[in-house]
Amino acid sequence: MANFTPISAAIGGALIGLAAVLLMLLNGRIAGVTGVFAGLIDPISTERGWRAIFIAGLILAPLSATLLGYTIPIPHMPASFATIIVGGLLVGFGTRLSNGCTSGHGVCGIARLSPRSITATAIFMAAASVVVALTRHVFGG
Amino acid sequence: MRALASLLCGFIFGWGLFLSGMIRPDKVLNFLDVLAIPSGGWDPSLAVVMAAALIVTFIGYRFAQPHKPVFAASNQWPTQTAIDRPLIVGSVLFGIGWGLVGLCPGPAIANLASLSTPVIIFVVAMAVGTLAHDVGYTRSSAQTAPTLAQAKTADG
Repeated sequence: MANFTPISAAIGGALIGLAAVLLMLLNGRIAGVTGVFAGLIDPISTERGWRAIFIAGLILAPLSATLLGYTIPIPHMPASFATIIVGGLLVGFGTRLSNGCTSGHGVCGIARLSPRSITATAIFMAAASVVVALTRHVFGG
Repeated sequence: MRALASLLCGFIFGWGLFLSGMIRPDKVLNFLDVLAIPSGGWDPSLAVVMAAALIVTFIGYRFAQPHKPVFAASNQWPTQTAIDRPLIVGSVLFGIGWGLVGLCPGPAIANLASLSTPVIIFVVAMAVGTLAHDVGYTRSSAQTAPTLAQAKTADG
């Protein structure tokens, strides 16, 4: 477990929880990035404003970190553009079909003890683990 | 004030992703790589992130439940409870995409800060996938409830 970073993980996780709680306490909304993103780009959407601003905050966070001397890591992405595009399409379509992702189901939904969100989270975790097992251990190096 | 609250929440959320390392796809994939457990290469950090986020959210939501939100008329708690085919199929598709790249929607968007071309391509593809679903959904359910607007408030 050479890469395990429990302290920064706990602090970061607590901040994610704090953001979810504050969004409900202040604006009465679920902090699900799938719903926020879709509600921003959908042509027939209402309530675009707060969603655009939430997403701006999401992007501003790592940018502001550079002011404190952090460097924004260049994300380690798959070499194949085809993999990136297929991955993006599946994430976009799948999260809309199931109505939530790691934040909406995984954090906000499980915190409400919703059986629907617990099921969704178990399924997408399992599916992702199978894919990583295949790409890293069966087909990969 | 409502806008400022949204900005603050997005900002805190983004810092959480950044500090926890969940903004890094390789770190997420190292968690999903359960076959690396025997060799010691597994990174359980994501489980700690989830646990910490869940503890805070669970307690905070208990407090939020009976209160009216400060800047809105009412709390929009999700109303869907069905464990149905779309939930299951959607979760499988999302999981496959997540496992291929290591990015889910939050970190994908936060990573736009790096101006990395592969991330921009991923987010554009994610937007296309989102719209492909929503346009199809609107067409197929034009005569039947629930409306997209109602569905959108569900879950997240």
